[in-house]
This record gives sequence, C-alpha cells and structure tokens, in this order.
Amino acid sequence: MTAVTIYVPRDAAALSVGAEEVAAAISNECSARGIELKLIRNGSRGACWLEPLVEVVTPGGRVAYGPVTVGDVASLFDADFLNGKGHQLFLGPTDEIPWFKSQQRLTFARVGIVDPASLADFVANGGYQGLRRALSMTPQDIVQAVLDSGLRGRGGAAFPTGIKWKTVLEQAVEQKYVTCNADEGDSGTFSDRMLMEGDPLCLIEGMTIAGIAVGATQGYIYLRAEYPHAYRALNTAIAAAYQARYLGSDVLGSGKRFDLEVRLGAGAYVCGEETSMLQSLEGKRGEVRVRPPLPAINGLFMKPTIVNNVMTFGSVPTIIQHGAEFYKNFGMGRSRGTLPLQLAGNIKRGGLIERAFGVSLRELLYDYGGGSATGRPIRAVQVGGPLGAFIPASQFDVLIDYEALTASGALLGHGGIVAFDDTVDMAEMARYAMEFCAVESCGKCTPCRIGSTRGVEVIDKIMKGIDGERNLALLEDLCDTMLVGSLCGLGGMTPFPVQSAIKHFREDFRAKAPLKRAG
Amino acid sequence: MPPEQGEIVRRIVADLKDRPGPLIEVLHAVQGALGYVPADAVPIVAEALNLSRAEVHGVVTFYHFFRETPPGKHTVHICRAEACQSMGANALVAHAKKRLGVDFHETTPDGVFSLEQVFCLGNCALSPAAMIDGDLYGRVTPERFDQLVAEKKQ
Repeated sequence: MTAVTIYVPRDAAALSVGAEEVAAAISNECSARGIELKLIRNGSRGACWLEPLVEVVTPGGRVAYGPVTVGDVASLFDADFLNGKGHQLFLGPTDEIPWFKSQQRLTFARVGIVDPASLADFVANGGYQGLRRALSMTPQDIVQAVLDSGLRGRGGAAFPTGIKWKTVLEQAVEQKYVTCNADEGDSGTFSDRMLMEGDPLCLIEGMTIAGIAVGATQGYIYLRAEYPHAYRALNTAIAAAYQARYLGSDVLGSGKRFDLEVRLGAGAYVCGEETSMLQSLEGKRGEVRVRPPLPAINGLFMKPTIVNNVMTFGSVPTIIQHGAEFYKNFGMGRSRGTLPLQLAGNIKRGGLIERAFGVSLRELLYDYGGGSATGRPIRAVQVGGPLGAFIPASQFDVLIDYEALTASGALLGHGGIVAFDDTVDMAEMARYAMEFCAVESCGKCTPCRIGSTRGVEVIDKIMKGIDGERNLALLEDLCDTMLVGSLCGLGGMTPFPVQSAIKHFREDFRAKAPLKRAG
Repeated sequence: MPPEQGEIVRRIVADLKDRPGPLIEVLHAVQGALGYVPADAVPIVAEALNLSRAEVHGVVTFYHFFRETPPGKHTVHICRAEACQSMGANALVAHAKKRLGVDFHETTPDGVFSLEQVFCLGNCALSPAAMIDGDLYGRVTPERFDQLVAEKKQ
C-alpha cells in the first residue's frame, strides 16, 4: 500500500489552536491502523478560522477538512477522509473553497501549498525563477523592472521601491546593505509572519535579487522577538539556501556574493520605523535618526542601505520572473499589484486575503469576513495598525487603495484590518492609542514622548466629565502638535486614531463612570 | 551574580564581540543562558565591547524584551493590542492578574509564573492571544487560560 499524504500546518496561528496535537493524533491513528503516512507540515493557507485545516492528497487533488480538533481525528478516519469522503468537517477540494478561489495570490502563491522547510519543493513550485532571471540581467535592468512594476513599499509608507533601489545602486561605495524590516508590530497584521513561516525562501529570493541589483553583499532580516516560529523557519531556509549555493560567495555560480542572516529585535514597536531599525541592527537603542541623510545613502553603519518590508521583497521574485507589465496589470490608479490583506479582531472569518488593489472594505468585512464574530453590528474598523484611523460603518465602501484611503482620512499601512463590534468604547480606544505611544515612544522628540502621556491624562479627564468640551479642544490641539512636531510616524501618526475617533464617534467622549455607578 | 554566571557572560561576549553591531546579540545570548540580564553582567559586557556602562544599561532598559530580574519558571505574555481588545483582551488581562495574583512585570511568590504584556503576537484573526514560554495560543478565554496555567503548573 502506498503512503497517504496529509498536510497539517505548522504556522504559529494553526499551532495556537492545536495543530501540533492534531498532527500527533493523525500520526498515532495511522500507526494504530497500519497506514503508512507522509505528514507534511505546510504553512497556513490563511483561513485562520478554519485552522487547524487538514488536507488529504487524493487522486482528485487536495481535499480540506477543518477546523479539526484532536477529538475529530478518529471519526475522520472512520469516515474514510483518506479518500476525500464526507464528514461534518469536509470542506471539499481546497482550491474550490470560495474564500481561497476568489483571491489573487502572487506573493502568497506558495504559502500553505509547499513544505516551507523544503528547498526542492520551493524550486518545484516556481521558486528561484526570479533570481535566475535577475542573474541574466544588468543591475540597471533589474532596478528598472522594479520601478516599472509600480511596486510601492508595503510596510506602510508606500514609497516607490524602485526609486529606493536606484538611489542605492547609484552610490559608488564598496559596502552596501540590504535590510528587511520584519518588525511587524502593527496590531491586526500577520502577513509578514505567515510568509516567513510558510514560504521563507520567497523572502530570501527577493532579498538576494535586491543584493544582486544594487551590489550589496550582506543582507539582514530584522525580525521581531515575538516571532520565534518565524525565526526558526527563516534559519532553516537560510541554511538550505547556503547548502544549495543560492546564498554565499558564489550565488548560483555567478561569481556574485550575497550573505544573509536574521537579527532579532527585542520588543520595541518603534524599531519598525526604518532609521530606528537601523540603530537597533547596529546594536544600539532604537532611537529614530533625523533624516536626511536617507538610509539609501547613509543607512546601516552609515553605508548605502535598502530598507524594505517583508511583503515588498516578497513581491520582487514575481516581478522579475514574470516582468513588470504582468505585475502592473493588477491594481488600480497608482496602487499597482496585489496586497496581502489581514482581516482580524472581531470578525467571523478572519485571515489573510491577497487581492489586487481596488477591493472594497465592505467586501472584505462581509463577503470574506462574514461580519463580526460576536454577531453584533460592526461599528468601527481600524485599518493600518495602531497608528491607523478608525473608519465608521458609513464609510465601508471605501476601496483598498493608497490614495482612496488617504482621501477618506485613513491610511492603508501594512494592510491590517481590525473590526470592532458596537460594544466598543471609542474614547477608550483613543486613550489606548495615546497609552501605546507613551509605552513605545523612543523618547527622542518631545511631542511624542511628553505629548502621549499628556494625551492619556486629557482623555482621562474627559471620561471623568471634567471640563469635557475644554479638554476635548485641548486634546485636538495636542494632536495637532504631535502631528506636525514629531520626528517620525509614531508620534506623528498617533493622532490619527484619536482624531478619527473624535470625528466619527464624538458621542463616546463624555463622562461614563458616574452612569455605571448609578446603574 | 554567582561567579559561574560571570564566566558564562564572558564566554558569550568573547564569542560574539567581533560581529557587526554585537550588543543586542550579546544581550539576547545572556538572557537566553541566564533568563535575564543581571546588573553585574553590564560592566563585563561594556568592557569587552569597549562601551560605557551607561550605553549598555541604556540598551538593556530601552527594549521591553530584556529583563533585569530573574523570570519565573514560565513566562506568560498576554497581548493587549487592538485586535485582541476587540475580542475581550482587557477582560482576559484582568482575569489573568487575578488568577495569578500578580500585576504585569511581576512573578508569582512561588516563582512559577511571570506575567508580561505584549503588543501583538501576530495571531490577530484568532484573538485574544497569549504566549507561554514561546508557545502561541489563540482564542484564549478565561477558562482556557486557567486550563493552560493548570497544565503548566503540573
């Protein structure tokens, strides 16, 4: 009898709801029944609400069951799930599930499909085609392709990637660096983590192409310490890439060198700001640097440095493999390509959805997300992490596009979407935004360091009913000061959630404590 | 700090000091080996890296991850960020503090649990999230929290 092949994700989100125990139970059940098992630990397909999502390979393709608990395993075997038969957790052929089928996966094409620890699997599924192509191109042509693709920085700032690369390429300096910002600190975002765990070689390929393009021989992935699973997955993949000479002194026999290593952060949100990240990579306090000089000219150890997000590098192999035109044909306006969106918080069907720019927030929240997890109306959505604006239900038709969101007073950031039901207290959320800024401020500039603490105090007064209107005016004034006077986005954008909460949910900014006591 | 710990710190810093920008790597290794960064380790690291004690102390205290006191046997991180808040993280935090009888950055008197806050664990579609000794947990209700704590205590 030939072995059956079963996929059980090793993604941290899947593990967080019992995937390891399910994998062990399947393995035990196979032993007990004398079935030879080939167990593959893939990344997550992104449907977090279906995790642990177990897939069985049948002659007709992969068939999905989920969410599977240890208690379901014996009954799955009894129902002959090894032949893709029916069961109450049967979801059908994985690729036919509408939630997956309607997506446009470029960066996440392999995530959940391949074994992230297998370089052979990566290569068999189109991996390293981009690097091979890049090695046959001139550095100028690689940079031009990235420029022509319209790719903009996926970390949040949306700066054209090609321009950054061009600046680094033009520096006539011996030592240059490629650094990846994997300090994914925004609440509601997990696409970087999922790619690093589910297809780490995609990031490695993208960074190697960047190194070849601008003449940098050393790359660093700055990974947040909160991601131990990604740390292991990246190191396994880097070791495999060195072994097969995709990294090292002679990349694929080209004579070109590219070395890569992972450096761990240590729990500081501000290190997601690029100059702060560079300080941290140098082993220093993550205090923001004054710009100019730009990192592309004086970056890591004051050398020309590319700083890009995981998703940005993760888009590069596709662009080089299939050409700028292919990538550019996805999207709308000045937002080209696809964006891995992350649907999170109080949502029924949360997870990762990669779509071309131009999908509406409503479609994401209701068609993919199925509304709130609690079944109550969604009252507000925060897009773009803790520095992103709150969007009220009346604006859910806004399109996911850098310019469209900016025009509506919000921002896209790293593509995280956090839903709140109607029990949310928006004054509390505004207070939290200020508190978070106070905890995470690097302390270098006054508006952020002091302003955030004053912000918490003022909101506390408003919520206690002390001089409500006057303190609300003071809060708005404080927001203005932080907005224009801060050195970086932390202090400069913390006002966005606060101001949007006041603008759209002003009724929440009043004394509530006495009412609670009366009730 | 016992002499053998000083020896460990010296060995770590000797191994790593020639790497570019080594200080944070050194501190990670020290905390990995000892569970925290003892105050007595600071002058050893400073001297070996040709930094001032103030510079090393400044880095240790800048980053939330580095701790200056020994941790409990298990470290529990509870996410306080927005996505988790939307699914009841504040109630979970209150429950955890009550259940363990400690506040954030404290360790239970029996030395079994240290409680820490964290801002995002990247498990935002399965909120609220917690991490215990590097293992991630999703949809952590107060009941599930009690169950996890009971399992760890055994």
